[in-house]
Amino acid sequence: MMAELPYKIVIGLEVHVQLLTRTKLFCGCSTQFGLSPNAATCPVCIGMPGVLPVMNSLAFELAMKAALALNCQIASFTKWDRKNYYYPDLPKNYQISQYDLPFSHHGSLEIETAAGPKRIRITRVHLEEDAGKMLHDEKGGGTDSLVDLNRAGVPLLEIVGEPDLSSPEEAKAYLGELRLLLRELGVSDCEMQEGSLRCDANVNIHIAASDGTIAATPIVEVKNLNSFRAVERAMKYEAERQYAEFLKTGKKIGEVSKATAGWDESRGMTIVQRRKEEASDYRYFPEPDLVPVTVDPARLDEIRKSLGELPAALRSRLEKEYGLSAYDAGVITRQGRKFARYFEDVARATGDAKKAANWTTNEVLQVLNERKIEIDAFPLPTRVLADFIGHVQRTGLNMQRAREVFAGMLKSGRSAAETIKDLGFEVVSDAGQLLEIVRRAIAANPKAVADYKKGKTKAADAIKGAVMRETKGMARTEAVQELLLQELAKS
Amino acid sequence: MDLIELTATDLMEKLNRREVRAVDVTGAFLNAIRERDKSLRAFLHVDEAAAMKQAEGVDSRRDLGEPIGKLAGVPVAVKDIFCTAGVRTTCGSKILENFVPPYDAHVIARLRAEDGVVIGKTNMDEFAMGSSTENSAYQVTGNPWDPSRVPGGSSGGSAAAVAAGMAPLALGTDTGGSIRQPAALCGIVGMKPTYGRVSRFGVVAFASSLDQVGPFGHNLRDAALLLEVIAGHDRRDSTSVDRPVPTYSQTIDEAVRPLTIGVAREHFAEGLDPEVERAVREAIKVYQDQGATVVEISLPASPYSVAVYYLVATAEASSNLARYDGVHYGHRSRTHKDLIEMYSRSRGEGFGAEVKRRIMLGTYALSSGYKDAYYVKALKVRRLIKDDFDRAFEKCDVVVGPTSPTAAFKAGEKVDDPLAMYLNDIYTIAAPLAGIAGISIPCGFTKSGLPIGLHLTGAPFEEEKLLRVARMYERVTDWHNRRPKLSA
Repeated sequence: MMAELPYKIVIGLEVHVQLLTRTKLFCGCSTQFGLSPNAATCPVCIGMPGVLPVMNSLAFELAMKAALALNCQIASFTKWDRKNYYYPDLPKNYQISQYDLPFSHHGSLEIETAAGPKRIRITRVHLEEDAGKMLHDEKGGGTDSLVDLNRAGVPLLEIVGEPDLSSPEEAKAYLGELRLLLRELGVSDCEMQEGSLRCDANVNIHIAASDGTIAATPIVEVKNLNSFRAVERAMKYEAERQYAEFLKTGKKIGEVSKATAGWDESRGMTIVQRRKEEASDYRYFPEPDLVPVTVDPARLDEIRKSLGELPAALRSRLEKEYGLSAYDAGVITRQGRKFARYFEDVARATGDAKKAANWTTNEVLQVLNERKIEIDAFPLPTRVLADFIGHVQRTGLNMQRAREVFAGMLKSGRSAAETIKDLGFEVVSDAGQLLEIVRRAIAANPKAVADYKKGKTKAADAIKGAVMRETKGMARTEAVQELLLQELAKS
Repeated sequence: MDLIELTATDLMEKLNRREVRAVDVTGAFLNAIRERDKSLRAFLHVDEAAAMKQAEGVDSRRDLGEPIGKLAGVPVAVKDIFCTAGVRTTCGSKILENFVPPYDAHVIARLRAEDGVVIGKTNMDEFAMGSSTENSAYQVTGNPWDPSRVPGGSSGGSAAAVAAGMAPLALGTDTGGSIRQPAALCGIVGMKPTYGRVSRFGVVAFASSLDQVGPFGHNLRDAALLLEVIAGHDRRDSTSVDRPVPTYSQTIDEAVRPLTIGVAREHFAEGLDPEVERAVREAIKVYQDQGATVVEISLPASPYSVAVYYLVATAEASSNLARYDGVHYGHRSRTHKDLIEMYSRSRGEGFGAEVKRRIMLGTYALSSGYKDAYYVKALKVRRLIKDDFDRAFEKCDVVVGPTSPTAAFKAGEKVDDPLAMYLNDIYTIAAPLAGIAGISIPCGFTKSGLPIGLHLTGAPFEEEKLLRVARMYERVTDWHNRRPKLSA
C-alpha cells in the first residue's frame, strides 16, 4: 500500500499521433519512417511559392474513425486554419491546423484503474500537419543547422484530454489505452520511439491546508515525454517538485505565469525551461487554400459500423462471457483483437476458458515477445493448442512436462500426441500393463505391504512411488492409486 | 498590316491558312520587344531562343498535319507571378531574385498544351501589391500611350506588352483590380474571372481568397479565347471549381436580349474624373440604343470595400509571405548573428516598402486583441458586399461603371501617398471580395489621348454572358482598334 500523498495530482494529456496513411496530409509524399533526409519532399510540403495543399481524404477518414472510437461528437462542418509562427522546421512559417471548428469534440476514453474503470473526458480531437526536424551541428557551434522536411506535412491527430487523470499511473494507463485503441483501429502505429505518438502533459497539484482550503500550484507543461515510463516518472517527479516549491514559495496558480518544462530522461528530472510571460499569438485565421469539409452523415454511419468491438467492450465481455479475472481480461485485451480472437477460439475448443487464458497469456505470449511476432505468425493453430491443452488435462501431465511438450510442438510442428510420444512422455494408459507394474511393485515391497495392512495407509505411497519410477512418471496418478488399493485389498 | 498589330484571332486565322508561319509571328513580336521594350520596360525576362524553338515545333506539327492547339503559334506574355519550370520567377521581388521553380503553373501548362508560345515574363508590382507597377523591385514600366505615365498595376507589364504590340495576348492576376485597372489604363481588354474558375496552382500567392488569373487581349474574342484555354478544374487547387468550361470565343457574338444594365450610384461618387464619367455614361447610352433597360441599383456596402480589402488581403498576405525567410530558398542576408536576425535582415533586405507595409498591416489585423475589430469584422462586411451583388444580379444582368476613377497617372505621382494609390482600385476592388467576375473594355479616350475603361461585372460563373454583353458594346464601337503611336 502506497503512503498517502499530502496532495492530489491533476494531469491533462495532449497527445499527437501520426496517422497511418501512405502519403502526407496535403501532398503525395511518402510518410515512411527512416528515409534519408528530405527524400520524401515535394514543392507542396516544402512550401515553395505558388503551390497549394490538397487534403488527403484517407487521413480525414482515419481521424473520424479515431474520434468516433473516442466517443466524440463529430462536427457536420469543419474547416482548416493557419497557425502562424516562425521556425526553420516549418517551411511555410504557418502550420495548417484546426482552430475554432475542430472536426470533433466532447469525447471520452475509459481506462482501467486500481479502483475500477474510469472515464477520462476528451476536450477535442483535431487534424493538423507535422513540422520538419532540425539537425544541429554541434561542432559548428550551431552555425550549420540543417533541416529535414521528411516529416513536414505528415498527418497528425491531436487529442486533447481534460485534466481528469489523478495519478502518474492513470496517465500511463490513459496513454496505454489510447495506443491500444488507435492501433486496433489501424489509425496509428503509436510508436513513441519513432515519434508517431508524442505526449505533452499539463500537471499541477492540489494541496489541502489544515483550514480545509485547497491550494492549487501553477500548471507546468511537461514536454519531451518519449516513453510510457517517462510519462509516469516525469509526473511523479514533477508533482514532488511542485510540492517542494510550494512549501518554499507558497506560490499558487495565477500568481506566476504558466511554465514549460522538459523531461530529462537520464537525470530523471523535469527542468523548467521558460515561463510564458504572454500567451503566444499564433494569429489563427481560416486557411483560404482549402475548402471547408462537410461530413456526410451516411459516411459517418458507415465508419461507425466499421469500428467493431473496441477494447473496453472486449475487456468486459471477456470477463462476463468467459468468467475471466479483470487481470486476465486486461492482459488479453491489451494484446489486440487478433490475440483475443485466438484466445476465444482456444477457450471454445477446450471448453476451459481459465486454462485457455493461462496458456495464451503465459506461454503463447512469452513466445510472441521472444520472437517479436504477432499472433498471426504464431506457429500453433488454435485447434492444435486446444488439442494440446486437452491432452494435458486428460493425461494429468504435470506442468513441467507439459511445458516441455509445448516447446517440442513449437520446434517440430508435430501434434501434441506425437510430441508426447517423441519425448517419451507417453502416459501408461494400458490398464493391463499398468496392473502388471502395480503387481510387480507390491511383490517387491513386502515390508510396505505389511505396514499398510497394519493400518499405516501412508505406506502405500512408497509402493506408488515405485510404480511412478517404473513408468517414468507417465502414469495417471489416479489410475495408479485406484489399481494399487484394489490389489492391496486382494493381497 | 504589320503582324504585331493583329489580334490573336486574326493571327490564328493566318497561321491556319498557312499565310504566315509561327516562327514569323514569334519573330515579329520578339523584334517588337527588342525595339520597344528598351523604353517601355514591360518584360523582366525574354528567352528568344526558347520562344523560337516552341514556334518551330508548332510549324512542323502544322506542316505534318498533326493535331495542334487552340493557340498554336500565338505568342503570350505572362506576368512574372506565374511559376515557369526552369525559368526564373521573381514576382517582382528581390527576395525571389534567384528563384527557379521546378514546375509550371497550371495556366502555363494549359498555354503550352494549346501550343501558345510563352514569349516572356512581364513586370509587376512586387507580389502583386500595387496599382502602377512602380513597386517592382526591378524596373518601372511605361504606359504605351504615354511612357511618362504608369500602365496601372499590378499586372502592368502584361497590359503594356499587349497595348504596345509586343504580344497579342497576356496573362495577369487580379486580387483587387490588378488585371482590370491596367487594362483600362492601357486601352485593352482585361478580365478577372469568378473566383475558382481558373486554378491558382503555381501562382505565387498574394491573397489566396482573392487572387484569380485572367486574360488580356486587344478585343473580347481574344480574351474569351484565352480564358477558354486557362479555365477549368484542377485537382491541385481545392478552390478551383469543377464545372464545364463554355467555348466563350464561339458564342461571343450572340447578343443578350432582353438585357438589363445595372448602374450603381456608388460608382459615380466623389473622386471620379469628369472625362471618365462622361465616357462611361455614353457607353451606357450605347447599350440603351441597343434596347437595354437601365436600372439604378445600390451597393450600400461598397464604400467599405477598400477598407475590407486592405484588412483581408493584407492578413492573408502576412501569412502567405511568411515563407520568404531566408531559410529554404530566396534571399538570405549575408550578415546575421542568430536566427531572428537572419529572418529580419533577409526579409528587411528582400522586401520593398509596400510589401513591408502590407505585411505589418496584415499582421496587426490578425493579432490577438485586434483580430475581432479588424480581420473578423472585415470578413463580416465582405459578406455584406457579396450580398449586395447577389441582390443586384436579381435585378440586372451586369453592373456597368468605370474601371478606374482616372486615366493613367504620371509615374511617381502617387508613390508617396499609399492611400491615393489604393483609391485607384475603388471600383474594381469589390468584385474579388464578392468572388464575382469583372471585365474592363476600352470605352474612349481623354482629351489628352489616354484610354478609359468601362467596367462590367457579372454573377458568379456567368463569364459567358458577361463577355457577350461586353461584346455588344465592342461591336458598335472602335476604341479597341486604336493602337498607341510608338516612337520605335
